[in-house]
Amino acid sequence: MAKELIKGNTAVAEAALRAGLEAYFGYPITPQTELLEHLSARMPEIGRPFVQAESELGAINMVYGAACTGKRVMTSSSSPGVSLMMEGLSYIAGTEVPAVLVDVVRGGPGLGNIAPAQGDYNQIVHGGGHGDYHLLVLAPASVQEAVDLTALAFDLAEKYRHIVAILLDGSIGQMMEPAELPPMQPLKTDIPDWAVRGTDGGEKRVLTSINLDPPAQEVMNLRLMKRWQEIEKNEVRYKGYYIDDAEYVVVGFGTAGRISLSAVRAARELGIKVGLLRPITLAPFPKDVLDELTKKAKAFLVVEMNSGQMLEDVRLVVRGRKPVEFFGRMGGVVPYPDEVLTEIKRLVDGPLTTEGHPRDRWLTRLSETIG
Amino acid sequence: MVMTDVPAKIVYERPEALDPRVTHYCPGCTHGVAHRLIAEVLDEMGETGNTIGVASVGCSVFAYNYFNIDFVEAAHGRAPAMATGIKRVYPDRTVFTYQGDGDLASIGMGEIVGAASRGEKITVIFINNANYGMTGGQMAPTTLPGQKTTSSPTGRDTDRQGFPIQTAELLSTLEGSAYIVRRSLHSSREIRRAKKAIRTAFEVQKHGLGFALVELLSTCPTNWGLTAAGARDWIEERMLPFYPLGDYKVSSAVAELKI
Repeated sequence: MAKELIKGNTAVAEAALRAGLEAYFGYPITPQTELLEHLSARMPEIGRPFVQAESELGAINMVYGAACTGKRVMTSSSSPGVSLMMEGLSYIAGTEVPAVLVDVVRGGPGLGNIAPAQGDYNQIVHGGGHGDYHLLVLAPASVQEAVDLTALAFDLAEKYRHIVAILLDGSIGQMMEPAELPPMQPLKTDIPDWAVRGTDGGEKRVLTSINLDPPAQEVMNLRLMKRWQEIEKNEVRYKGYYIDDAEYVVVGFGTAGRISLSAVRAARELGIKVGLLRPITLAPFPKDVLDELTKKAKAFLVVEMNSGQMLEDVRLVVRGRKPVEFFGRMGGVVPYPDEVLTEIKRLVDGPLTTEGHPRDRWLTRLSETIG
Repeated sequence: MVMTDVPAKIVYERPEALDPRVTHYCPGCTHGVAHRLIAEVLDEMGETGNTIGVASVGCSVFAYNYFNIDFVEAAHGRAPAMATGIKRVYPDRTVFTYQGDGDLASIGMGEIVGAASRGEKITVIFINNANYGMTGGQMAPTTLPGQKTTSSPTGRDTDRQGFPIQTAELLSTLEGSAYIVRRSLHSSREIRRAKKAIRTAFEVQKHGLGFALVELLSTCPTNWGLTAAGARDWIEERMLPFYPLGDYKVSSAVAELKI
């Protein structure tokens, strides 16, 4: 199939539909709305359910119900809407049914704004809903990658009976760029044994997240954690750019990773041996490759469109063995490649330290700039 | 003793749709009656094996233990949304929610109004016992003016704590609602009427006529501090004046249904 110029939100919607999405439930919120709008036209056109819910609470619980039938289902939203969905996500995780969530992140906290941001990292990667559970989190950096990861998201959700979140930001969602959409896949015909459908005279199936007996709940928790260990073992994805001979390594995901790549290329032209590690799975986090890079690199620069949320995961791997610096923009401000290049040069020029916290040093510098 | 060859005739037995289990409900509570009526109706309609139930949060959180039916368990108030998700992917299955008053009329008001306004083709069995039963008898959206509960210890003061919600009346104003009625479980006569209404509510779904809800006034002797008989009287004397029984919405298509 040929490439076409397509908006990120629309591309993800169409990719989901072609991957066999059987039902979509959502609620309008900028900068995600085109995803819902596209499916509002396309799903009925091919005879599949689309419901614009009364709220994000409604949408995620419709997903929960439909996910209990074992069908491919998804919802999408943006930061404040995803906050409302946290209740349902915890229940879905507690019931061990597969579902896909797209979060097109915007500036916050609160109502914030509708500009691109990455402030939902902690909410999506480190929980947000109550109880012990993880989301498997995919973070594309282009429209094409968003398309490719959408089909993967459904496969992973079903393989592990897990929630898979696609963490976009407003710029990937809103940006138009050439992408190749996959061909239409047939709907899956096999229904998992655990899925409710009516007993038809057989044994009844009950799907619930309640477990009043603490030891029984703990057994369930253990099962979830073992599954997560399996996911950590099998599903780590990342992309390394110029990292083989890199003395300095930038770490960034999504749009921040993409902007950093421009800066890394510019630095390479200046003769700086710098590379980029772009995690594609934020959870599971690519710890092993980062650990290997820690042995070789002189220093790290973490770049995010938030106040350093992934930074903490990087620091947990590097463990003070090498200096880590941070550069971020918050509140929907998107950094320029030149800003990142300046930070790379700062890394090279030094002085570097493993003392203190990189966020504190960054905040001091940022306060001087934006006051 | 005279032995006869006349075979015993079964006049009363456990419906297939009910599992042979003892419930956790308090003596004198009418949850068990409501469960049985639903089970009888589904058996009579031949829908038991074709049904998916959605349990809610409250005393009936374990309703799925008592039905021999595929079941899911919703978050507090969200049962109509879950039922929507199931019904939309399985339009040929019977899908029902079983919700109490705290669940449906307080925390779940958004979901129930959304489902009703969309004309979602589901059946809702709504248990109104004028308090939060599972958590020990707090004030519910249905608690009557002056009624004492553990969170309105001097009686519900409408000036500070507002007024009870008449759910059937409220939902009957929505165009998507096809069948909205209130019945009671406090006497055998009313129980028979309740069963007819439950049957109609499931037939409405089977015929794809829209959203159907049966509100059932129910006893809660434990939290009301009454005997089983006293609780039945309390429905008659206290609840009926504020929650009149009746048909609040019967769409023209439903009125033409022959059962």
